[in-house]
Amino acid sequence: MSTRVLVPSGVLGLGFDREALARGVNMKPDIICIDGGSTDSGPFSLGTGSSKYSRAGCKAEWKDLMIARESLQVPLVISSCGTCGTDGMVDWMYEITQELALELGQSINVTRLYSEQQADEVVQKITTNQCHPLEPVTELDESIVRNCSHIVALAGAEQIQQALTMGADIILTGRATDTAVICALPIMRGEHVGAAWHGAKIAECGALCSTNPISGVILLDVDDSGFTVQAMAKDARCTPHSVSAHMLYENSDPHLLHEPGGTLDVRQARYTQSEEHSVRVEGSQWLPSDTYTVKLEAARPTGFQCTIMAVLRDAHYVANAQAWVDRLSAFLEKEISNSMGLTPPDYTIEFRLIGVDSVLGALENKPSQATEIGVLGIITAASDVQCEELAKLINPFLLHYPLTDDEALPTFAFPYSPAHSQRGALYEFSMNHIMELDDPMDAFRIVSDQVGIDATR
Amino acid sequence: MQLGELVTNVRSKNAGPYWVTIDVFCGSEAVFNRLSELLTREYVATLYQRPIDTLKRFELTELHVLKFSFPRPVVQGSRFDRDMHGAQYSVLLSEIELPL
Repeated sequence: MSTRVLVPSGVLGLGFDREALARGVNMKPDIICIDGGSTDSGPFSLGTGSSKYSRAGCKAEWKDLMIARESLQVPLVISSCGTCGTDGMVDWMYEITQELALELGQSINVTRLYSEQQADEVVQKITTNQCHPLEPVTELDESIVRNCSHIVALAGAEQIQQALTMGADIILTGRATDTAVICALPIMRGEHVGAAWHGAKIAECGALCSTNPISGVILLDVDDSGFTVQAMAKDARCTPHSVSAHMLYENSDPHLLHEPGGTLDVRQARYTQSEEHSVRVEGSQWLPSDTYTVKLEAARPTGFQCTIMAVLRDAHYVANAQAWVDRLSAFLEKEISNSMGLTPPDYTIEFRLIGVDSVLGALENKPSQATEIGVLGIITAASDVQCEELAKLINPFLLHYPLTDDEALPTFAFPYSPAHSQRGALYEFSMNHIMELDDPMDAFRIVSDQVGIDATR
Repeated sequence: MQLGELVTNVRSKNAGPYWVTIDVFCGSEAVFNRLSELLTREYVATLYQRPIDTLKRFELTELHVLKFSFPRPVVQGSRFDRDMHGAQYSVLLSEIELPL
């Protein structure tokens, strides 16, 4: 037997080649799987429980996938809804699905799998020593847990299989590992477990494992000894190099991938060109773990931010930008202490020199040859109001502060008015931990509903 | 000549919010052999100013790839992070001047 998985894209909202999707649908997959999540853009999405991608963009793509599902009558599954996979984002995706079901005249069963965690439960796991840090070890105590605005556990194959057994047409999951959604059905149907996880890792970014990464659509066949992967776009090819190289992508270890319930080991994997466009892989191993663990992700607010930018064009200041910023910073520290009674670490003001070393900081090893330099001031403080006060206080000095006492007052370029922009709350990722579970479903919840034209009659 | 001109590609990216990973696609066995001698753990740890015991190094001989992973100097997206995706770390390796 073999299980065929259609992966339209690396993430919903990133777009895919519609022709390639049609070709994939014609190949009669057993399931359509797409990921909706990522930590790639930083902690803001999880901190606020919001989607990185536009609702309109996600809805347009989801519509195509719902039409494809209706024609095939196979399950359609999206994991890590709304970038961060919080409960609210699963419901956001549910609302989109409800709207589309009505628009398309479909009557469907929708199962929601929730993976958000309550602080009390995580604190309990810390107390019973069932919560363990991963490398690099970061501090985690009760106060940090309680400060988190959202905590999610990454579901594995087991939780998605549980949802699949309920016979849903569409499954919307909270945060899950990128691979779990793809390998769930093949493993459930008895295919090779190592091949299922490995194939899932290769296909999880869509056509990134092919020679045409932006085309999106990938078809994965998993059987009892290995998997075959092919790209659905006309001009896209999977080669042993493009496929095996994908194991390196966003993965700190190219041989091992830790997942809930075990580890994928690809050291013995052999990659061969099976047909012109497809690659066959055998030899991947799944090493089950003694304890069932799921990874936690969390974000908490750590202050508020405001930015302010000036641009230096005067060659004298461009040449001495760092010295100027150092002098300005020392002056501002005194000024802020006098006027507002604040001293670091109550707040921080960091000036990054765009055109000098704003990306690499202390690692930069090339001298700047810029003719102009952007001075980006990043203000972080305890409240929005305090940030704006700080921005307004430093504004005239960022505009006019001289390099030395005995020179004419300079005026730099502010690109817009007001010169400052409020950024709202700043969030930080706050957990790099795994949590032990006695049963894989312990930290997850499932709800099923009938949606669409029949549901509203 | 710069390292980036000799190889097929050098890329870096976050591997989750706490790690960054850099892949050097050498493109041929000869280039791979030459660079695997140069790019020791010590060399790369010094270039990125990271403690050597935290730096992982992998040689993928069939792919002709050298891979380096280390914990991010600052956690992704935290107050002092300068590169959200970690994708610019690669330039330091790419711009290494090689003797002709």
